[in-house]
Amino acid sequence: MSADSKDIAILARGINKIFNPGSDEAVIALKDINLEVEAGEFISLIGPSGCGKSTLMRLVGDLIQPSAGELRVNGKAPGRARLDRDYGMVFQAATLYEWRSVTKNVQLPLEVMGYPKAERQARAQAMLEMVELGAFVNHYPWQLSGGMQQRVSIARALAFDPAVLLMDEPFGALDEFTRERMNLELLKIWQQTGKTIIFVTHSISEAVFLSNRIVVMSPRPGRITEIVGNTLPHPRDFNTRNDPAYHDLVAKVRDLLRDAHGLEWSESDGNG
Amino acid sequence: MVMAEARAAATLTANLRRRLTYYSPTIAIAVGVILLWEFIVLIFDIQQFLLPKPSAIFAEFMLQVDLWLAPGERSILFESSGATFWEAFGGFFIGCGGGILVALITSRWTIVSEATMPFAIAANSVPIIAFAPIMNNWFGITNPASKMAIVAIIVFFPTMINTVRGLTLVDAQQLELMRSYAAQPAHILFNLRIPNALPYIFSALRVASALSLIGAVVAEFFGGPRATLGVYITQEASAFDFAKAWTAIMMASIIGVSFYLVVLLAEKRLMPWHVSLRGQG
Repeated sequence: MSADSKDIAILARGINKIFNPGSDEAVIALKDINLEVEAGEFISLIGPSGCGKSTLMRLVGDLIQPSAGELRVNGKAPGRARLDRDYGMVFQAATLYEWRSVTKNVQLPLEVMGYPKAERQARAQAMLEMVELGAFVNHYPWQLSGGMQQRVSIARALAFDPAVLLMDEPFGALDEFTRERMNLELLKIWQQTGKTIIFVTHSISEAVFLSNRIVVMSPRPGRITEIVGNTLPHPRDFNTRNDPAYHDLVAKVRDLLRDAHGLEWSESDGNG
Repeated sequence: MVMAEARAAATLTANLRRRLTYYSPTIAIAVGVILLWEFIVLIFDIQQFLLPKPSAIFAEFMLQVDLWLAPGERSILFESSGATFWEAFGGFFIGCGGGILVALITSRWTIVSEATMPFAIAANSVPIIAFAPIMNNWFGITNPASKMAIVAIIVFFPTMINTVRGLTLVDAQQLELMRSYAAQPAHILFNLRIPNALPYIFSALRVASALSLIGAVVAEFFGGPRATLGVYITQEASAFDFAKAWTAIMMASIIGVSFYLVVLLAEKRLMPWHVSLRGQG
């Protein structure tokens, strides 16, 4: 992982985030976060609730500002990167605009960014075909299943070709079977587009299946416990989950998370 | 071609039949209530000045229709209906339009909308109809503007309050999405806030459609030109001509229901995507 051979997409040095600083409700959400993400890398952030994984993603996406530390995205400040439209965002809820048809939802960022109509339509069509919803362009969100809605949301995030894809538990609300299928589709999309992806998840198997590196985090204060490299070969498919190396990685991440939890339990026991 | 037309006609009659089946219980209840009313008046021999029979009201109504259609004659009932309709409609238009406009302006600055909302909510619980005599003094008792003003004030506040709510109660993640697109405020307004407010605005307009007619008729109780429904009802009632008073009440109801239906139709056209309207028509 030498930094000079590849471009650094995201660089975090000594990031702290404190909510409600100076008041009684002050919470240290993140403490001394150091992370380098290469361009085109697929990184998962995993950890128990309150470990600050979503906060870290939101800091990168300039939805909130760090209290201390240095954060660069493609060599720019996050605010600059946002104005340059470097971010595609996908949340746990598909967050589609219910008054817009599927294609109009995908075209929304393009409209806001002033793309001409013909290009908007062509891009929306291409993106929807990539997520295999080419036959549903004129449907409305409520006519689609949860998995299909999330695929529209991914198509919308990719429509304007952002450099970085920020995904906050995008498949958390889906059933196991749909989730595994969406994992496969996302890997395919990642290989087609070569995007840098920051993927927040609760699911160990998902993190191991998808990413190049797994950032394991622990709570109070939110910090990075360990960064686990993942050398499982690509392309990954349904058989990858039967690979002993896959199971070893799952076990390793689970142990790391248990340690983080164990610390948490002994602390709260000690406090009564 | 002929085949297609025949098929279109077939689906049309099928649609009509389905709708009739859907509404038949409602129609049955309406007919039942009117029949019951008629029989109760007959059986208990109720005096016509207490409660006239539906048939008597209907006969009086047909008399007015004949007068209205006959050349050289005039029907005060229909003239009154027209006058009251315009008062209610004018007030509805000015009040709701003003409410939406003020909401759009104040919601642009959170501070302004937060400062004005408590006053709007307080004003909304004031019985504005009590200002009717004052409006009569301001605009003149026979000037329709005095009734329009009352209606406009009554519908202004609920419309404004609901519109501000719809413009500001926007899903946080939908706003974050717009932020990630580096969207201009105008884009957020037209692509997110206004569509988000439409259901709120229409629920206000539905309430306003009923309020506007109540406002106009009750304002007329405090005095107005002879040919208005409120004055018509008070005069015929004090002359013990209750069948006539009831025809005026009937006309007021018909206008009120039509108002409501027009708002409903506009709602269906403007937001076919909304939960309450899915899979209909």
